[in-house]
Amino acid sequence: MLTTRRLGKRYGERRVLRGIDLALPRGGFLVVTGPNGSGKTTLLRICAGLAQPSEGTIEREAARAQVGYLGHDPLVYRELTALENLELYGRLYRLPERRERIGMLLERFGLWDVRHQRVASYSRGMTQRLALCRVLLHEPDLLVLDEPYNALDEAGAELLDAQLAELRGERTFLLATHDPARVAPLASAALALAT
Amino acid sequence: MSYVRDVGALARKDLLLELRARDTLPAMLLFVAAVFVVFHFALPGEPSRLETTGLLWVAILFTALLGLGRAFVPEREQRTLDGLVLAPCDRSAIWLAKSLATLAFLAAAEVVALPLYGLFFHRIEGATVLAVVLADLGICAVGTFLGAMAVATRARDLLLPLLFLPLAIPIVVGAVGASVAASPGKYLGFLALYDLLFVVVCWATFEYVVAE
Repeated sequence: MLTTRRLGKRYGERRVLRGIDLALPRGGFLVVTGPNGSGKTTLLRICAGLAQPSEGTIEREAARAQVGYLGHDPLVYRELTALENLELYGRLYRLPERRERIGMLLERFGLWDVRHQRVASYSRGMTQRLALCRVLLHEPDLLVLDEPYNALDEAGAELLDAQLAELRGERTFLLATHDPARVAPLASAALALAT
Repeated sequence: MSYVRDVGALARKDLLLELRARDTLPAMLLFVAAVFVVFHFALPGEPSRLETTGLLWVAILFTALLGLGRAFVPEREQRTLDGLVLAPCDRSAIWLAKSLATLAFLAAAEVVALPLYGLFFHRIEGATVLAVVLADLGICAVGTFLGAMAVATRARDLLLPLLFLPLAIPIVVGAVGASVAASPGKYLGFLALYDLLFVVVCWATFEYVVAE
């Protein structure tokens, strides 16, 4: 599903990644760990197609429409409601049964009752749940998740655990975390980056 | 058809954001009205049509610049551009939708500005209205494109006018010419040609503006 060879990234003179070799098969679950500044986010952005490597190559089987990316920012508009945000992405991803899919995800992540409220009124945890709904909306083959447990309370984290366990094997995961123990039962491979 | 639907969804989002936040249009309206009111009292005696036509186009250009400077603010502040770039739609749809939304705000400001200009200075001719329509297209197409480039930089508030104003000089030349010439046809044709050229260039190259 995802292969990189001697992957590297520079921002001007600053090198943030060097010599990353990855071979993530379809259905694999790669956990990426490392201290702050080790290049986890850069690696995930490259793998999601949001950034180009400065050196090395990357081969990704999944097309752009089949990538789900969760970054440090939720990528939703604060002045729109949860429903309006997901409707926008649903339209852009041309989902055939958009309304049903959105309703199911909002129910699952406990946001159905606040679907008509603007995201600006949400707590950080609720916004993260909405971001997870956005990522899962188009049922991507490749899920690239950067610190997905950030800001989630225990109930939210358990919901995410259940969702990851349900999709494990069906989808391919690339997940960066500071808490590898949490996803250890799901992981098929691990990559530790160093500064 | 799916391209049109993508543009529609993105433009609807921009209009909805403005309806909720009211960041752009009130500022544009206030600015253009203030310019005409101030110059109404500042210009001595009875200013000529030539002088006030220049004033009209300066006011339109800087009002547009206000709107263009805010066009990508939601995407910058909430970092949502990544989400739009990852979506499987053609990336030029992001530019086209944003241009259409900015065009709507500029047109709304002009609905107030043109009668005000007529009230304070001289009657608006048909050729001037046509020139406004054609100039708006060029201003929004080029300005939105440059706004997307500038938003990625720290000096965005400085960079946008620096990039935009030189490229807007042909618009001003064509628009003022169409407003004051006895036969405005060639100036309107010039504006239409400018629009066509820059719409095609912006549409074809926007992909590279949002790629990291």
